[in-house]
Amino acid sequence: MTKADTDALIDALSAYLELPVEEAYRPGVKFHLETARGIAEDILALDLGDHAEPAAVYIP
Amino acid sequence: MTELLTATEIAEQVKSRKVSARQVAQNALARIDRLNPVLNAFTDVTRQRALAAADAVDAKLAAGHDPGPMAGVPYAVKNLFDIKDVVTLAGSKINRDDPPAARDATLISRLDAAGAVLLGGLNMGEYAYDFTGENAHDGPSRNPHDPAHMAGGSSGGCGAAGASAMVPLSLGSDTNGSIRVPSSLCGLFGLKPTYGRLSRVHSFPFVASLDHLGPFARSTADLALSYDCMQGVDPADPMGASRAPEPVMGEFSKGIAGLRIAVAGGYFAENGYPEALEAVAKVAEALDVAHRVEIPMAKVARASAYVITMSEGAALHLERLRTRHADFDPDVRDRLLAGAMIPAQWVVKAHKIRRAFHDALMHLFQSVDILLAPATPCKAPKIGQKTLILDGKEMALRPNMGIFTQPISFAGLPVVAVPVWTASSGHLPIGVQVIAPPWREDLALRVAHHLETMGIASAPVARGLETYA
Repeated sequence: MTKADTDALIDALSAYLELPVEEAYRPGVKFHLETARGIAEDILALDLGDHAEPAAVYIP
Repeated sequence: MTELLTATEIAEQVKSRKVSARQVAQNALARIDRLNPVLNAFTDVTRQRALAAADAVDAKLAAGHDPGPMAGVPYAVKNLFDIKDVVTLAGSKINRDDPPAARDATLISRLDAAGAVLLGGLNMGEYAYDFTGENAHDGPSRNPHDPAHMAGGSSGGCGAAGASAMVPLSLGSDTNGSIRVPSSLCGLFGLKPTYGRLSRVHSFPFVASLDHLGPFARSTADLALSYDCMQGVDPADPMGASRAPEPVMGEFSKGIAGLRIAVAGGYFAENGYPEALEAVAKVAEALDVAHRVEIPMAKVARASAYVITMSEGAALHLERLRTRHADFDPDVRDRLLAGAMIPAQWVVKAHKIRRAFHDALMHLFQSVDILLAPATPCKAPKIGQKTLILDGKEMALRPNMGIFTQPISFAGLPVVAVPVWTASSGHLPIGVQVIAPPWREDLALRVAHHLETMGIASAPVARGLETYA
């Protein structure tokens, strides 16, 4: 993911979510999005199979 | 000089009428008046309430009644706990517009019922999304061992108030490490109980999937005493466990005989500054522990907690991010805005990893009773420091002070953070996590108490405070 991709993502999602991202906020938001993308690599790489259940389960 | 006593010692003196609860409260309030301008621990001091509560304790004693096991013990709470008639700030500017709380948080009600005396609300990182104790609105909580250094966060006021003996006991919250990080940086004992053990009702949330509440103190006896007073089912907490109280007061001083203790290697032996690794080695040597185990999936567990926190935190604050974005602490706002853009698939996968991590840990706990790991990667950084070096790379400090605490709270395990003093940590302490299986706070407290008895872990009142005040 390039820096330009991150900018495009912020533009698209801020519009989609009606979430204002002022120019002063953009460097910080970019940093955290790019950091999260790196951290998420480990999550995405782990294969738990189709039958893994999430821990957050509603108990009626 | 009741200010320098532990909670247990104060309760004993009040109950035996060597000192009145009012005198204890007045001494504590005077110490807060003297030290808080420097350390910035308190955001609200509930003076009238405190004196009235202390008088009620004294009246009970005068009438021959038992005021409770925490008679006259002064305490304070992170300002995300509801305190009746006080606005629940949660470290924010935005919440200052809220009306005062209509009633106390459940844990405050329970401590008050045990005779404890609430002195006020404590500074914290905004909305608990913080490991530094810095706050753009109220200023940073300062480390009593050196006010140029961070108290840690997000329960920074708890660290500052405890290590300076403004109060012997405080309550904080821990979503990813916010009890254990300030305990480590300020040199206090901190208990993060099992997820679901203590009621969170009438406290301001952060990440419901991960939020815990728990006590800070300068002794393990005080942790045990207060923890027992706070246990109990609370049907109003949807994630509250339906377990009867399991008191630890009769357990925590039983020693470590028969306990299988291991040092967490792998992920927990990397990325630490020398003082972090030295602290764990010192504890392991004192306990005669040579066994090392790898906590499986620790790195991906931390990643999962990170992603869940970003996403749930952003969901909680989404409307405020739309309408009040300029009123956030910029460091918090930018993380929350990014969190609103995290793909849902990552979060769902992270919750699946949580279950798999739990299962892996339960397997590990078949052969081990206690795990030892660093609490923070380094001792208290200087206030304003933005980066630290981890694994040879310069990293943002704010999210990474929790690299060792995050996987453990993700699994919801009970932990006592114990304060250790090492040659490489100099005049500042650093914490070690004593980690137990779910619902076995008693085991973690037994090891912590044993270390305290040996003198390996200690939480002395910071020296030199009067020169700052």
